[in-house]
Amino acid sequence: MSGQGLPGPAPEDRERPTGRRNSQGIRIDPEAEAEHPPRRTVISALVEHEPGVLARVSGLFSRRQFNIESLTVADTQNDDWARITVVVEEPDPGIDQIEKQLAKVVPVIHVRELEDDALTRELVVVKVDADKPHEVQAITDMYGGRTLDAGPRTITVELTGDEQKIDDAIDAYRQFNIREIARTGQTALARGETKTAVVPDYLK
Amino acid sequence: MTEQGTVREPTGASADDAAPTEGADETPDDGATTGQTGASSVVATLEGAGVDTVFGVQGGAIMPVYDALYDSGIRHVTMAHEQAAAHAADAYGAVTGDPGVCMATSGPGATNLVTGLADANMDSDPVVALTGQVPTELVGNDAFQETDTVGVTTPITKSNYFASSADTVGDDVSTAFALAANGRQGPTLVDLPKDVTTDDTDAGASEPSVPDTVRVRERADAEDVEEAAETIAAADRPVILAGGGVIKGEATDEVRAFAVEHGIPVVTTMPGIGAFPEDHDLSMEMAGMHGTGYANMAITLTDCLIAVGTRFDDRLTGGVDSFAPDAEVVHVDIDPAEISKNVEADHPLVGDAGTVVEQIADAMPNSPDTEAWRDQCAEWQAEYPMDYAVSEDDPVKPQYVVETVDEATDDDTIVTTGVGQHQMWACQYWTYTEPRTWISSHGLGTMGYGVPAAVGARLAADDDQSVVCFDGDGSFLMTCQELVVAARENLDITVFVLNNEAIGMVRQWQDAFFEGRRMASEYPWVPQFDRLAEAFGVAGFRIEEYDDVADTVQEALAVDGPSVVDVYIDPTENVYPMVPSGGDNGQFALSEGHL
Repeated sequence: MSGQGLPGPAPEDRERPTGRRNSQGIRIDPEAEAEHPPRRTVISALVEHEPGVLARVSGLFSRRQFNIESLTVADTQNDDWARITVVVEEPDPGIDQIEKQLAKVVPVIHVRELEDDALTRELVVVKVDADKPHEVQAITDMYGGRTLDAGPRTITVELTGDEQKIDDAIDAYRQFNIREIARTGQTALARGETKTAVVPDYLK
Repeated sequence: MTEQGTVREPTGASADDAAPTEGADETPDDGATTGQTGASSVVATLEGAGVDTVFGVQGGAIMPVYDALYDSGIRHVTMAHEQAAAHAADAYGAVTGDPGVCMATSGPGATNLVTGLADANMDSDPVVALTGQVPTELVGNDAFQETDTVGVTTPITKSNYFASSADTVGDDVSTAFALAANGRQGPTLVDLPKDVTTDDTDAGASEPSVPDTVRVRERADAEDVEEAAETIAAADRPVILAGGGVIKGEATDEVRAFAVEHGIPVVTTMPGIGAFPEDHDLSMEMAGMHGTGYANMAITLTDCLIAVGTRFDDRLTGGVDSFAPDAEVVHVDIDPAEISKNVEADHPLVGDAGTVVEQIADAMPNSPDTEAWRDQCAEWQAEYPMDYAVSEDDPVKPQYVVETVDEATDDDTIVTTGVGQHQMWACQYWTYTEPRTWISSHGLGTMGYGVPAAVGARLAADDDQSVVCFDGDGSFLMTCQELVVAARENLDITVFVLNNEAIGMVRQWQDAFFEGRRMASEYPWVPQFDRLAEAFGVAGFRIEEYDDVADTVQEALAVDGPSVVDVYIDPTENVYPMVPSGGDNGQFALSEGHL
């Protein structure tokens, strides 16, 4: 071991600034901790419909450790485009990063976080025990669902709605012993005249 | 003329493009094939993009492309290992600013490129990789030497393409080329199934162009620039933090002019070395884990950090909570995703580094009053000089070797390194004054980068420019096989192996943080590197004591061709200053006693 080192005062003898940043790199008031709690939001990306685009997008989420709740993808009005809808739960800086990192993926045309009033829908298919068919039917009616299959031992229903409604309905079905559930994840469009994605003219 | 005679109409375009020569006996009417395949379209596209050198290794699936190269003016440099081809292309790109090109076959050839592409990706170096692939009909069948190369390289490339047809493969290559060079640079890859490269096509060269979805902003928003300029003008303790983006964006002139005009001290990141001349009064040199004490004091106590072309890597920031805590941050970057990724920007300015710095310069209402601040910086420079103790009885200090080589060479000498202690000494004790003269593995920290990078840099550099490589014994052992390339091509490079018989940086950390339990970090079995060099046909030298240093350095540099100097350095020497990982930059340790 050499241990000779360099000249100068030891670390604790040096002048120090008083300020601080939080773990997200944001400058903060020394008295107030300003961490952003995670929030749930919907991000919509319009992408060129080419092979591998979903793998690029989903790979981006996994390798950057973004907390993804659901991800849906399918065609749009234009055969060359697909829309990817992602529900994420992240602090604000994370949501900002998701948008920017997604925008960097070459086949991505436009990315945005949707407003709270966006129209979000999910489809769920639920299979329950058929012991109480009338009660199952009543719940299905209450949630505006539809029975897809009713047999002596199982009943399978479909429901669409926003996330809250689907969660509530699934809770209600629990009394019948849920055997299996398949949920599609959220898909969404901005409300009214607001555009979900802005496509530059030269791509139209 | 050929056996495989598909008779096809000559294409108008290629007939017109080719200048008429006497040797052109293949007239359009003689019934011969044009001989154009997907592979020839690939090569024509490279030629059209101005590529003069490619680095690679032959193999089954890439053979058609090599065959097309046979008739091309492009120089192909056969490397010993594909990883080295990627590093050489990376260094070529870093020296010239234009994409370096590497080639490999399918399967193991492609996977061997991975380290080099990941390295280029972290450092935003422009690289185009062309990989062979099994024929389309075998893809997905686990055919011989098949790998999902596009899948494997997706996370480590800016973008990549699976070529689907001989008619469009030229477009794939030209897109890859344009993307690698455009905006924030980076590596791209085109996977070339063998049938795509052997199929006939009328397609010739394709012009490089980026996809329509890619939109790079040149200029920052004028209002934001104005606010940033006002903040800078009002600052008491401003610092410019110049990152690798200053060099890649060709913005060194603008940054230098701005710093000098307004008297603002300049700190660089490691990739930013060379962005500002280190012999200038305003230079505080490199900050971060092994940055200078004065640079780290300056960025810790600044009230206005003007960060240009940096991604705020953790080796630079230490723990972000203690990073420049008092500073308003002006962040200039061409990649919006870098803004507020690691350190929140109070003034985000997205655009080309040179353009935006000029915009700021134009918007400055006045210069900040920095006299007291510059005095303070000078005090820190006196307080924490970059120094080391020399004793004639001790083994040679590595810092002394770096300084001796620096003195013996011109200012425009290119330095490449591996990764480890030697790399830090090469940063700290060499005085860099020009951009694109410091070529190293920054973000990925790839041991073994030095020798192949020296090969790439040599082929990219001007003839009268010297190329030296500082390597460590551990790092050198990872790619020393590339000496065969230096010997074969007679490349004038000088490799200094700072040999401490250890993975020195790991050993330093073990001593500091693992109670000196030196598990697997000591290499008491290293070969004699001078003799190893000679076996490759490379001149070998050895330095064992101070008296040898000056003469041997001169002798090695004078060799017209490759040489290797095995330097027995003091194995007890460690790298200081040091900020422990995640620590506070202002509390850098000056010796083991501080850790």
